[in-house]
Amino acid sequence: MSRPTTAASTGVRWSVPLVLLVLLAAVPAVANAADMGFAISLVTRVMIYAIAALSLDLILGYGAMVSFGHAAFLGIGAYAVGIASAHDEWNAVVTFPIAIVAAGAFALLTGAISLRTRGVYFIMITLAFGQMAYFTASSLSDYGGDDGLTMWGRSEVFGATPFEDDTAFYYVVLACLAGCFLFARAVVGSRFGRVIAGVRENRLRMQAVGFNPYAYQLVAYAIAGMMAGLAGALLANHAEFVSPSYMSWQRSGELIIMVVLGGMGTLHGAVLGAIAYLTLEEVLSHWTEHWRVIFGPLLILVVLYARGGLGSLLRRSGGDG
Amino acid sequence: MAEPILVLEDLRKAYGALTVTDNLSMTVQAGSIHALIGPNGAGKTTLIGQVSGQLAPDAGRIRFDGHDVTGLPMYARCRRGLARSFQITTILPGFTVLENVAVAAQAHDGHSFRFLRPAAAEARLNEAAMTALATVGLADRAALRAGSLSHGEKRQLEIAIALVMKPKLLLLDEPMAGTGHEESERLVATLEALRGSLTILLVEHDMDAVFALADRISVLVYGRVIAEGPPDEIRADPEVRSAYLGEEGAP
Repeated sequence: MSRPTTAASTGVRWSVPLVLLVLLAAVPAVANAADMGFAISLVTRVMIYAIAALSLDLILGYGAMVSFGHAAFLGIGAYAVGIASAHDEWNAVVTFPIAIVAAGAFALLTGAISLRTRGVYFIMITLAFGQMAYFTASSLSDYGGDDGLTMWGRSEVFGATPFEDDTAFYYVVLACLAGCFLFARAVVGSRFGRVIAGVRENRLRMQAVGFNPYAYQLVAYAIAGMMAGLAGALLANHAEFVSPSYMSWQRSGELIIMVVLGGMGTLHGAVLGAIAYLTLEEVLSHWTEHWRVIFGPLLILVVLYARGGLGSLLRRSGGDG
Repeated sequence: MAEPILVLEDLRKAYGALTVTDNLSMTVQAGSIHALIGPNGAGKTTLIGQVSGQLAPDAGRIRFDGHDVTGLPMYARCRRGLARSFQITTILPGFTVLENVAVAAQAHDGHSFRFLRPAAAEARLNEAAMTALATVGLADRAALRAGSLSHGEKRQLEIAIALVMKPKLLLLDEPMAGTGHEESERLVATLEALRGSLTILLVEHDMDAVFALADRISVLVYGRVIAEGPPDEIRADPEVRSAYLGEEGAP
């Protein structure tokens, strides 16, 4: 029997994100008290990737668009902020919109072509566009080329420097993550989100009731690109450095792993996936440089035995009460 | 007589050497129930595909409601009031039954580039969907996942999806395929109740249903209309009997 929206699943819908928000909000205080200041930086990075994974879940989980070039949007957002800083433009009120619009424009352009294909071809063509962005960034010799571009500080807001303090920046990133999450959740429940999910379920049926799937998928792709662009702008500020490696296909693969690990099509799953992936990477890579040997089998176990990802494990343990 | 709602002129469609639609011309009168019958492989589903816009004809023209729609994609024809059901059940299995119908209502209620308001709470869409579900007798299944319905219920759901769009012309491709006797009767009654309020082009193998419903029948064999007329005439036509009805025994 199917139970579309039971009380239990509605509970998980809000309880998991709320618990995550509270835990994340408490991190700086706990880290400072425990004299583990590095944790603030680590979790900041986790949250930035969570925004990127969230944006990917929007198109991959809800729209079944397996974008294998998602890191390009992240990198373009980062480069927008980095290149602006090289020209002495530090104001986030200027650079962040540029980063978001640039990533969105790249998504619109490449999506307009990629979305004419489906399945494996879509994966291949998004991968190709991602690599194009990667090699373009590598060849920007004025901006560091292969070596990347060091920024001499973080973005400002009309001369003020709210990003310089690690704890303040942490909360800026947390606010961005929460904002993106709420926006993404509104989108998937909206008329637009319903069309996107409908096309995932059955493209022919959606055409037969009067929708042009291409237009909706393209807009979804651009929205996801813009959100990843924001993550890129934050990433540049966090590392005070931008590098072509942000756009590498390995990075795109990592984002897909985060979404699958956490559970596709749930939004909070993407956040859980980013936390799990980057924390495991941090812990295991301290232990051994061959950490992927351990991580690989773990991932296989999740895919085999927890189809819905980590999010579904939470639902199973908490849903029957 | 009023202008026909659907005019097909010299339609041709071939797959390699196999001509599936062979210079076919026919008209469907507004408000009628027009049945299309013929043996397997006669090209009925291919013809429905061309009329709905899923397939492009190699040659010929399709006029719908006074306009040439030959070059329009399926979604654009649908917006002009041309709805269809599929021979092979085509629904959104992960959506609830209600959502399946509500999303079709949404397609014909303003635009869908709305990003923030929850669609599930839009009463107008849900009410229209419930009305359509009640028409086909699925109201009590509204909250179920569509994939969990029985085969017959999925067929009914397809009809509800088509009805909620309030089409001018409804193309039904074997709506009774694989349904039980009782479900078929229910469907015949549903379609009978719709008579006059819209035009129906019905492809069906169930001859009882066809002869009970149709105002006019076209017989398709090897991509060509070999006979067309009211049910009594078709039943008596010797060519039809030998080409088609004879195979299954005259009704």
